[in-house]
Amino acid sequence: MKIRHTIAFCGLMVSVMSGVTAHADSSEVAVKNAWSRASIGTARPGVAYMKIVNGGDEPVILTGVRSGIATMSHVHMTSTNAEGVSSMAPAHDIKIQPGKAFVLEPGGFHVMLMGLNTAMREGESHELTLLFSDGDPVMVEVPILGIAARGPKD
Amino acid sequence: MRKRFLGYGVAVLGAVTVTLFVGWWRVDGPGATRPEPLLPSALTAMEFGLIDHDGDAVGPDALIGRPSMVFFGFTYCPDICPTTLSDISGWLDALGEDAKDLDTIFITVDPERDTVEAMAEYVGHFDPSIRGWTGSLDEIMRAAEGFRVKFVKVATEGGDYTMNHTASVFLYDASGSFAGTIDYHEPEEFAVPKLRRLMANAAAEAA
Repeated sequence: MKIRHTIAFCGLMVSVMSGVTAHADSSEVAVKNAWSRASIGTARPGVAYMKIVNGGDEPVILTGVRSGIATMSHVHMTSTNAEGVSSMAPAHDIKIQPGKAFVLEPGGFHVMLMGLNTAMREGESHELTLLFSDGDPVMVEVPILGIAARGPKD
Repeated sequence: MRKRFLGYGVAVLGAVTVTLFVGWWRVDGPGATRPEPLLPSALTAMEFGLIDHDGDAVGPDALIGRPSMVFFGFTYCPDICPTTLSDISGWLDALGEDAKDLDTIFITVDPERDTVEAMAEYVGHFDPSIRGWTGSLDEIMRAAEGFRVKFVKVATEGGDYTMNHTASVFLYDASGSFAGTIDYHEPEEFAVPKLRRLMANAAAEAA
């Protein structure tokens, strides 16, 4: 009994200490396969997809995104209920565990770009800034593919 | 005297137990009648009048005579609709030459923004055989009712709105009977054989 308590206490101390000493670091974050669809003009919302990999030893928390071409940008999730009705909802504070990836892809999570101040033209690219609760923002250059594109070019 | 009361007690308890059991059997148990999910109606049972992206009047009868696939969406939709449209364009590519024997219809649930011009501009970016239909909200609602499609307008930040809607693709045979669905974002290796089967059945019927 006593031993078990001691072990539990040690475990607690380790987790507390690691929380204090180690620092979640967005410099260990890598972004892969970023892409957007071209837009028709600026009235309709744009979209961006990517894979955000946490290569560090600590979880990182994605708190938001900023776009150079949209007045508002949010991470949204598309979901479909049992009746087949699809809807979108904002996703807040996404925790990415060490060694894991957060994937934004058609039909799931995506960055929604609202209030475009310029049309998104195929062949061009736009800049997104990923904001994390700890560490510096991460800049992503997002290539713009065709409006009917189905995924990133490898 | 006491014995008689006991007898009544057992009888009452027994009656209650039986009632509860019968209730459970009918409501939650094996005897329950589950409401059948409503299937989309046959095209021949539908009545609505819309306008295609070339400005021509269209209705369910426009789809009788050839197999078709029909889905609902809106052009201000950033994720689901372009994904469905590109998936469909991919399926049509995979069908090759046979794709010309299939009608593909995209009906908007957002006629307020999706005018004939907006639909024409939008569908023009996908497979050229995809037709875009719009019209008055009343007629869109009649069409949605026929296909058992649900849609609802949802306000977003900044005074804008988006639409929640049924995202399945409905398959119809040449006679206008409902022939199945392809679920939203269903992989091509399932979707294309469904379309091939639909078209093979149509060809067999015509022969």
